[in-house]
This record gives sequence, C-alpha cells and structure tokens, in this order.
Amino acid sequence: MTDTVKISTKNVDVFYGDNHAIKDVSVDILHNTVTAFIGPSGCGKSTFLRCLNRMNDTIDSCKITGDLLMDGEDIYAKSVDPVQLRAKVGMVFQKPNPFPKSIFDNVAYGPRIHGLVGNKTDLEEVVEKSLRRAAIWKEVKDRLDAPGTSLSGGQQQRLCIARAIATAPEVLLMDEPASALDPIATAQIEELIDELRHNYSVVIVTHSMQQAARVSQKTAFFHLGDMVEYGDTSTIFTNPVDQRTQDYITGRIG
Amino acid sequence: MVSMTELSKMHNSPESAVRLKKRKASEWRLKAYGILAITLAGAALITLMWSVVSKASGAFTESYITLPVYLEADEIDPDGTNDPSIIGRANYGGLTKDALKAAFPFVKSRGDKRAMYDIISGGAAFELRELAMARPSNIGQTIDFRFLASDIADLYLKGSYGELVEQNADGTLSVESDGKAAVVTSSAQDFAFVMARVKADLRAKAAFNRDQAALQENGRAVFTERGDLEEAAKREAARDRFLALAAELEARGSRTDGAEVLDKNSPSVLVRMGDTWVKLTEVSATGGAGKVIGTLDSGELAAGEWQVYLQDLPEASRKVSDLQVMLIENLRSAGAIETVFNTRFFSAGDSREPELAGIWGAAVGSFWTMLVTILLAFPIGVMAAIYLEEFAKKNLMNTFIEVNINNLAAVPSIVYGLLGLAVFLGFFGVPRSAPLAGGIVLAVMTLPTIIIASRAAMAAVPPSIRDAALGIGASKLQTAFHHVLPLSMPGILTGTIIGMARALGETAPLIMIGMVAFIVDVPKGVMDSATVLPVQIYRWSDFPERAFEARTSAAILVLLVFLVLMNGLAVFLRKRFERRW
Repeated sequence: MTDTVKISTKNVDVFYGDNHAIKDVSVDILHNTVTAFIGPSGCGKSTFLRCLNRMNDTIDSCKITGDLLMDGEDIYAKSVDPVQLRAKVGMVFQKPNPFPKSIFDNVAYGPRIHGLVGNKTDLEEVVEKSLRRAAIWKEVKDRLDAPGTSLSGGQQQRLCIARAIATAPEVLLMDEPASALDPIATAQIEELIDELRHNYSVVIVTHSMQQAARVSQKTAFFHLGDMVEYGDTSTIFTNPVDQRTQDYITGRIG
Repeated sequence: MVSMTELSKMHNSPESAVRLKKRKASEWRLKAYGILAITLAGAALITLMWSVVSKASGAFTESYITLPVYLEADEIDPDGTNDPSIIGRANYGGLTKDALKAAFPFVKSRGDKRAMYDIISGGAAFELRELAMARPSNIGQTIDFRFLASDIADLYLKGSYGELVEQNADGTLSVESDGKAAVVTSSAQDFAFVMARVKADLRAKAAFNRDQAALQENGRAVFTERGDLEEAAKREAARDRFLALAAELEARGSRTDGAEVLDKNSPSVLVRMGDTWVKLTEVSATGGAGKVIGTLDSGELAAGEWQVYLQDLPEASRKVSDLQVMLIENLRSAGAIETVFNTRFFSAGDSREPELAGIWGAAVGSFWTMLVTILLAFPIGVMAAIYLEEFAKKNLMNTFIEVNINNLAAVPSIVYGLLGLAVFLGFFGVPRSAPLAGGIVLAVMTLPTIIIASRAAMAAVPPSIRDAALGIGASKLQTAFHHVLPLSMPGILTGTIIGMARALGETAPLIMIGMVAFIVDVPKGVMDSATVLPVQIYRWSDFPERAFEARTSAAILVLLVFLVLMNGLAVFLRKRFERRW
C-alpha cells in the first residue's frame, strides 16, 4: 500500500434530472489499494463508482459537476475520450455478464478492439495471463472455445474480471461483484481481489460489511447521497467518527 | 381497523368456495373459447387449402394429340437449303390443319373444320416449326408429331364439361343413310334411358317456365295496383305465354310414346358405330334421326358394334361442341391422346392461350423485384433501427420520427404505389413495369416493418451486454455492431422476412406502377418489363377462359409454396443465430 493518489475527486455532485443523487463527495482513490464503498441501498455508491469511468455518460438525464482527476488529469475534460478512459479504468458488474461468445473471445475482445496485441500468439498469451490472474485458467484452459455463458455464476464473474483486466487497466471498478454468488464463489472472488491489488487500484462497491472489512484497506461510507465518512478500513469498522456510520455498521440502519 | 387474523379466516368461508368455483369456471370458459377459435381457424385453413388444391390439380397436367404430319418439302424448304431462317418462314399452322384434315377427311363444312382445328392449340404450330428448324432431315417426310391439345380439348379430357355416359346396346341397329343424314332404328328399347333423361329435362324446363310465369304474375299484380294497366296487360300476356309453354313442355315430358326433338339446349345423344357417329336431332325409345359424322352406308349393325352416348350438359352450355367431342373420342380410342405432367406451366411466360400460359415469367419477375426490395430495405432499415435505438437522443424530433415510422407501417399499400408513380416513375424516371420500380416501391413499403422489428429486437438485448462492452472500452459503434446487432439478428431477420413475405404477396402498389401489363417474356434483369406472382394471379382470375381457373389456383399454390419457404427460412435463421445470454 502506497499513498500515491490514483484518482482524486473533489466536490462531486450528480443529478439524474431533478434527483440529486450524489451530494458534494470528495474521495481520493489510492494506488495499489482496495477501496470499498459501503452504504444502504440507493445511497449513491454505485452511481459514484460509475462516474469514475464515465459509464453515466450513457444516461441522457445524468449531469455531473465537480472535479474528477485521474493522475492529475480531468476525467471529464473535452479532450478525454471515454472509450480510452474505460480501457484504463476497467469495470466488473454486479451480475456476471459474459458476451455470448467463446471464453477466449470474451477475454480477447478488449485487446482486439484496442489493438493491444499484433498477432495471434501474443493474443493467446494475453488471454492466458488474464485468465490466470483471474484464477480461472485451470478450470477453462481445456475449453476455451466453449461459450462463456456455459460457465457457472462464480466462474462467469471471474471470466468477467479476466475480461476487464485483459485490457491492462490501471484501475478496476467492481460493482457488488459477489452479490449474485454463493459463499464459496464469493471467497474465491475476494481472494482474487486481494491478489489484484498488487497491480491495480481496486474500487469495490459492496453491501456486505464483512466483505468490505476482509478485502479493503480504505472504506467510504455513503448515506442518502452523502459521503459520510472515509478512512482506513480498520478505523471505520472499529472506531467510526460519525453516528450514522456507527449505526450502519452495527446494523441499526440500512 | 382490519384484523389480519380475521381476514385469514375468510379463506375457509363458503363465499370463498363460491368464488373459487367461479374462478375455475371462467378459466374453463376461456380455455373453451381458445380451443373453439383454433378449431375454426384450422377448419378455415383446411377448406382454403382443399379448395385451392382441388381446383389447381387440372393445371398440373396437359394433353397431347399425336397425329401424322407431312412436312411438305415444297412448302417448307423448296430449294433444300436447310437454312433455319428459310425453314422458319413456312406456314406451320397450315401443315397442322392439313394433318387434321388427313385424319378426319369426312369433316367438310367450313364451320366444322374450324371446330376441328380448335382441338389443337395455336401454339402447336410453333413447336412444329421449332422441330423442323432443329432437324431439317425430317423435311419431306411424314412424322408422328405430338400436338399440344387446346384448352377446351384438355378440359374435356379432364372431365370439366361433365361426363359422356356410354351405354352398350342390346338390339340390332338398322341404318338408313344417305351419307349425310341417317335414320337409325334398334330392335330393342336401347334409347329408353336417353328418353327418360330427355323427358326429365323437359319437365325441368317446364318448371322453369312456371317460375317465370309466377314472376310475371307478380309484376302484373304490382302494376295493377299502381294503376298502370297497359304494363299490367303486357305482364299478363307474358305470363300466359310462359304458362302455355310450360303446359306444352309438361305434356311432352309426361308422354310415354313418340319421338322428341333435340336442339342445342337439350342433352346431346350420340350413336357411335366404330369411328362413325350419328348426332341425333330426333330421338324415340327405339331410335332416332340425325347427322352423320364420318362415313356411313345403309345396313345393319349387330349388338356390340354400336353404342349410345349421352352428354348431359347441353351443347349450348359448354365450350366443346359435339363434333369436337366425337373427334376427341375417336382420337382417344386410337390411342393418340396422352396426358402428361405440365412442365410448361413451370417454365413458360404468360400467354392469352391458357394451355400455353406459365408461371415462370411471373416467378422470375417476383425474384428480381424481391432482390431489389431486400437490397434496399434490409440495410436501410437496420441502419435506421441502429441509429434510433442506440444513438438517437430522446428528444421531441426523434419521438416525432418514431411515431411516424409506426404510423407508416399501417398505411395502405396502394398509397405507396401512388408515391412510386409520382416520385420514382414521374420524377426519377425509373422505367415503368420494371422490377427496379416495383422493388423500390415495395422496399419503401417494407421499411417501417423492418425498422420496427429491428428496434424491438435490439431493445430486447439485455443492457448488461451493452454495459459489458462499454465497460471494457468499446465505442458505441463497436458495441452496436459487435454485440447488439449479432444478438438481435434473429429478431431482425424474422421481421425482415415477414416484411418480405408481405411484399411478395403485394398487388396493389405494383398495379400503380404498371407491373400489371401483359408480359410474355421472362425478364432478364431488373430493368426489363415484368410482372409478379400475385399480379399474375389477379390477372388470370379475371380471364374468361375456363382453363385459367385451374391455372389461377395453381399459381396461388406456387405463391403459397414461396411464402412457406420464406417462413421456413425465417425459422431456420432464427434458430441458427439464436444465442443465449
């Protein structure tokens, strides 16, 4: 864990039409760190996460103000191509969503469209490395031609992680990646997140406080669009400053 | 305050049982309605198919008459050049007529000859010409040539004009003949069954006249009431005429002895003696008198050497005359007639002669038209759908466009025909009657269907797939073409093929742009004049020749086969492209 700031956000407000979804949030995402966003349903943690790779651009009514800087550069600057940004800021979604293509094509899609590799051998190497890093290589290496949708839920999610890291991103956003999975698959994903921290900045949105406690070094607690508290995970869980954080952690709200 | 505990007791109340029973009854009723609806639809479909197939069967066979024909060298190629251009100039119609004259030398009068020529199709002479041009070695020889039977001969052979009932006679027939007219008398009551039929016919005519008299009586009563006595008197006179006629016919019909006169409106009675026939104009229970067809001398014929024939349908009510019937029967007895599968129907273009008309020209016209339609409508439609579904912002303008596209799908197709006439033919100068013009008009008509179906298919692609693609940095265009489009392909193809099937069956807009013309040649490209299958059906259904009835039904079958094939293709493509997510 270093203290280098990867993404810095200041005074971010997000509106969906008239709905003020994120209110004046400022968080710094650190390099090689797992940052967890926790909070009750509808508190805006997913919305905030999607601001980090401009996935909210696809929603017409969404308006974002404030500063979001990655490596000191404005993410929302005119000169920044969201496509380019998303190649650097990968994302894994709540529901496993592999493409209805082969396992190989799922992972190879990113490198292909970004022109990361020149030939087939390199592409195969990238696919293998990504699948290995996502801890699924052993299970799928003999059936790379099988459709990605034929895998189990946990395997599909790891495939999606492999797909996200195949484009060699610098930041990995995970939106409740284990919420649709059973405890064993969840444990595998969590282990994987811990592994991934050595190469990427990981931001994870989760409903499970235990999960946040297990995998993250930094935690931000969101409540009704406000970011209530942000700090070291150990501090948040043992010694929260805000009453609302305390209530949420102890299970009184949410 | 409602107590939930009290409410839960309601489940066991008698009212609840009644409600449950009502619910079950309504469920059962709905099921019954559904089954009834499906049964009715199925019955309608079966009736339609049965009617079309049974009517079409006559179009799938054609008849040929084999006759020896002398390919006269003096007429065809007097100098022996073997040059097809010279051979092609000869009068093959005349040779065909000569062949018939040689086969039936006893047919003398001009009218009879014309009737005789009519049993062979006008197209047979062209086939004879082609044979002579292809094989000049036959010139100067007598060859057996298969002449295509005309539509009336073909229909007669297929039994469309009622049956010719044959009866073997028991008695000995004595004949008094002067070669032209003959009186025939049998030693037994061999004509009794014919007489019974003739009497029944007379009684039916009497009944018809009585009905007419009743109508006149009604008229008389009405005019008397109105005070128009002059008109009433006219009606009364007419009534009395009909009544007198009816009385006379009844008297003739109930008489058991004597002879009856046969005319064009009576059943035909024919006596056959080998290849010679006597068409009776007067008949009694034991014989009659009539016209000789063939050569006949006075004498006696033993039982078994002659037969009596009865054709129920009066000569005036059918296209095929008694003379033609007798000639055809002679040819049939000689084994000169064969009925074969009608390949011409599937390979020829249109014709005014039913026996020469084929569906191929229209089928090829449909093919070219559909080709133009799909090449225009599919890419434009899919691109429009991608733009509207994936790129267009939700604003007033786009909503307006969307609503209008949906409305366009419901515009009557003839309106597109008017548009095509005004814009594509009038302004852009696309050639009239060409598949290009038809294809453009049908493409415009099909576009809304394709756009709507494609948009629905794209909207059904889960957003998670778009998220996944966008999340790893695919552009909107890449997301649309790499993921959304392939996944929605089954739906798009289904919509397209349904639109195409509708276009294939469309008549109205094509009439507006002149594709309803009579076109004999098979179109060779999109700029040639052409017609299409449904227009061909429409035209044939309007032709007076009876043989076109079968051809119309057969053409409908061909169109249905194309539609079934297209729908089959839709199912196949849907299954082929279907992927799970």
